[in-house]
Amino acid sequence: MGKAVLKRLALLLGTLLLVSALAFAAFSVIPGDPTGAVLGMEATDEQIAAFRARQGLDLPVWQRYLSWLSAFLAGDFGQSYKYDMTVAQLIAPKVGATLTLAAIAFALILLISLPLGLTAARRPGGLVDRAVTVLTQLTMSVPNFVMGIALMYLFALVLRWFQPEYIPPEQGLWPHLRFMAFPALAVALPKSAMTVKLLRGSILGELGQDYIRTAYSKGNSRGSALRRHVLRNAMIPVVTFLAMAIGDIMAGSIVVEQVFGVPGLGRVLISSINNRDYPVVQAIVVLLAGAVVGCNFLADLLYRVMDPRIDGR
Amino acid sequence: MMLDIRELSVVFAGRGVPFTAVDRFSLQMERGEIVGIVGESGSGKSMTAHALMGLIRRSQVTVSGSALFEGADLLRLSREELRRYQGRDMSIIFQEPMTSLNPTMRIGKQVEESLRIHERGLSPAQRRARALDAMALAGLPGPEALYRQYPHQLSGGMRQRVMIAAALVLRPRLLIADEPTTALDVTIQAQILETLKDINRREGVAILFISHDLGVVRALCSRVVVMKQGRIVESGPVDQVFYHPREEYTKLLISSRPARKKLRGGQADG
Amino acid sequence: MRQKSWYLTIGAVLTACMLAFTALGLFWTPYSPTAVSAADRDAPPCAAHLFGCDSLGRDVFSRTLEGAGSTLAIALAVLALGAVCGLAVGALCGYYGGPADALVMRLCDAVAAFPSVLLALVVLALTGPGKYNVIGALGVLFIPSFARLVRGEFLQYRDRDFVRSARLMGVGDLRIIFVHILPNTWPTLLSGLTIGFNNAVLAEASMSYLGIGVSPTEPSLGYMLKDAQGSLFTLPWCTAFPAAVVILLILGVSLVGEGVRERMGVAS
Repeated sequence: MGKAVLKRLALLLGTLLLVSALAFAAFSVIPGDPTGAVLGMEATDEQIAAFRARQGLDLPVWQRYLSWLSAFLAGDFGQSYKYDMTVAQLIAPKVGATLTLAAIAFALILLISLPLGLTAARRPGGLVDRAVTVLTQLTMSVPNFVMGIALMYLFALVLRWFQPEYIPPEQGLWPHLRFMAFPALAVALPKSAMTVKLLRGSILGELGQDYIRTAYSKGNSRGSALRRHVLRNAMIPVVTFLAMAIGDIMAGSIVVEQVFGVPGLGRVLISSINNRDYPVVQAIVVLLAGAVVGCNFLADLLYRVMDPRIDGR
Repeated sequence: MMLDIRELSVVFAGRGVPFTAVDRFSLQMERGEIVGIVGESGSGKSMTAHALMGLIRRSQVTVSGSALFEGADLLRLSREELRRYQGRDMSIIFQEPMTSLNPTMRIGKQVEESLRIHERGLSPAQRRARALDAMALAGLPGPEALYRQYPHQLSGGMRQRVMIAAALVLRPRLLIADEPTTALDVTIQAQILETLKDINRREGVAILFISHDLGVVRALCSRVVVMKQGRIVESGPVDQVFYHPREEYTKLLISSRPARKKLRGGQADG
Repeated sequence: MRQKSWYLTIGAVLTACMLAFTALGLFWTPYSPTAVSAADRDAPPCAAHLFGCDSLGRDVFSRTLEGAGSTLAIALAVLALGAVCGLAVGALCGYYGGPADALVMRLCDAVAAFPSVLLALVVLALTGPGKYNVIGALGVLFIPSFARLVRGEFLQYRDRDFVRSARLMGVGDLRIIFVHILPNTWPTLLSGLTIGFNNAVLAEASMSYLGIGVSPTEPSLGYMLKDAQGSLFTLPWCTAFPAAVVILLILGVSLVGEGVRERMGVAS
């Protein structure tokens, strides 16, 4: 298994390199010379020359890329075009909110979809199963920001369970988490619907397999057959799906942040795009890409561990 | 008499016309006997076996008749009561060993499973010892090494022996073998049959052997029952049925040579 | 099985209704979608204004009609671009195989790993907002998933007997691809198209909601939702109806997709 893992690792690094190169090309090369945009019309020649020297704009592209890459890996993400601070200073305080949101969303997905999927699969075609099928179909059709708006309307404005205003963790951890639960729910619900569907289908698929018949012939009850055999095998595609879904969860968080006014990476990304503040966009893109690719890699590892059939294929 | 089946019938309700898969099947078996059920696909032979083992979903199917196993009517027992027999007093092995084994579970654990269900008080070491013993009985070479392996790492013949081991770990009185050699190469077939004969001799396990292949049945069984479209058309000692068949259908079965199974490519069977 | 027809019929009916609704908007709206009217400001749904009016007195029904039309048109254009190119790429890769296939598939895997909304946002960061930019960005980003889908199908059919005999009879490769193999992939393709359509609608709506989709002067349900959020409590109809249209559009198509998958016998 070690060889396969190393191969995957190499692939991961290669992809990250490719992504960083593409991002660099997209945001540092294609947009052209940023000097005018940053310094404005009235910049003096010395200011222009100093800026260009500092940004290394006179060097050949590949050198610029390498110097950017080495700085990036050291934690220096460059300087914002718009604000007088480094990209890192701009981003750092926002990362926490986005990570919290994604983490809560992930936990909610597990909490909601696992019991539901199991219950639905216990009696296929039964009342719970059919209700779950209808609900999942409906929920999957709602874009996460629409879900966010709906949740906001229902819980903040109608039921008044929370104020539609962001509460930072400094003002109390519990109020902060209570607030974050709602945007997290908006992200989690559509993904939970998909997970429930997948889990239910996976369980039913396993239940139809021959080895379940063998399990029954040994004296297993339905419950013990589920416990001993089905669950573990049925979870394999679900776990891989969830690990890959982390990318979607992050994308979803970015949109949902706008709905609830959460000051996270999403907000920074949007405003940077609107401001043409490319170094920030570039850094966020590469970071997010790194997270997504990293999670996919972990998903692959997890899959290999869970399914012994995949063995250095 | 160990097993006394009378007028066992399996009828599928379904939509429209009810379909009779098994029509008044009757059979008596003594302890330690090897009896064969022979017929084409669709003759109801597997269905009979599954009905006996309680593997048929009772929702869309009506099972009638009686099947007295050491005094208790298997067809009248509740699911819970039936479970006490399954794996302990009677076991079944199936045709496709690859799909009949859990692909993500180690061999040893699968062989031990009946022990976990029926004899809860055993320590892991005791379970392992019994499992290894059963694996040796089933003719598996080097059971300690195989114990930790997974089904896909074994050849078809060995997987089938694993199934046999799992079925025998509690020394049941009856082993039902549902076409166990059909999916295997001819040479391996012969070896498995030898193993089954051996087990019957040593442990006194009665075997109900189901197959479409008369030659295989002749090699193993002392008595045979011929089924066609759910009904028994002929029965008797195997030599009598084979050499002096009374029914037209039996004669047809004997004279037709079933197509040779394509040799499975890939791993060497053993 | 009653389940089969349930999905397809309800999905087809719903989709047909939404299509009719949208098509209507292409020809006629009760009021001009951009006409402001001080008198009708903040009007709740009534006989004159089925969906009510927003804070500028614009008729929500007309705006929703227009926005739906725009969203539908964009989604279809994205599909046209992504599916057609993806089909070509996937068919060629699946049929011919070889190192080119491996390389292309690696690229596709890399792209497909990323959430398309993010990537589209990034592309639009460079190009600026606008309908055609959205279509271009999303269309190109959808190519890898269609390519993978079609390639998978082609791999299945490539070595089938009927293909082999066609080749032996001297039938040209292109003809085999389009006349022999492609029609067999239709159910899977349809299923993929429904998923792609929904993703396109979702992506366009999300992007417009964020303000980085179509330009502010072009109609979009996403923009409507963004504008309406400020008055969510006071003028809920400004949000409810565009949201409902988006949801129903997606729901109808996804039910059709479900029905197709069930017909194919794929476990859902």
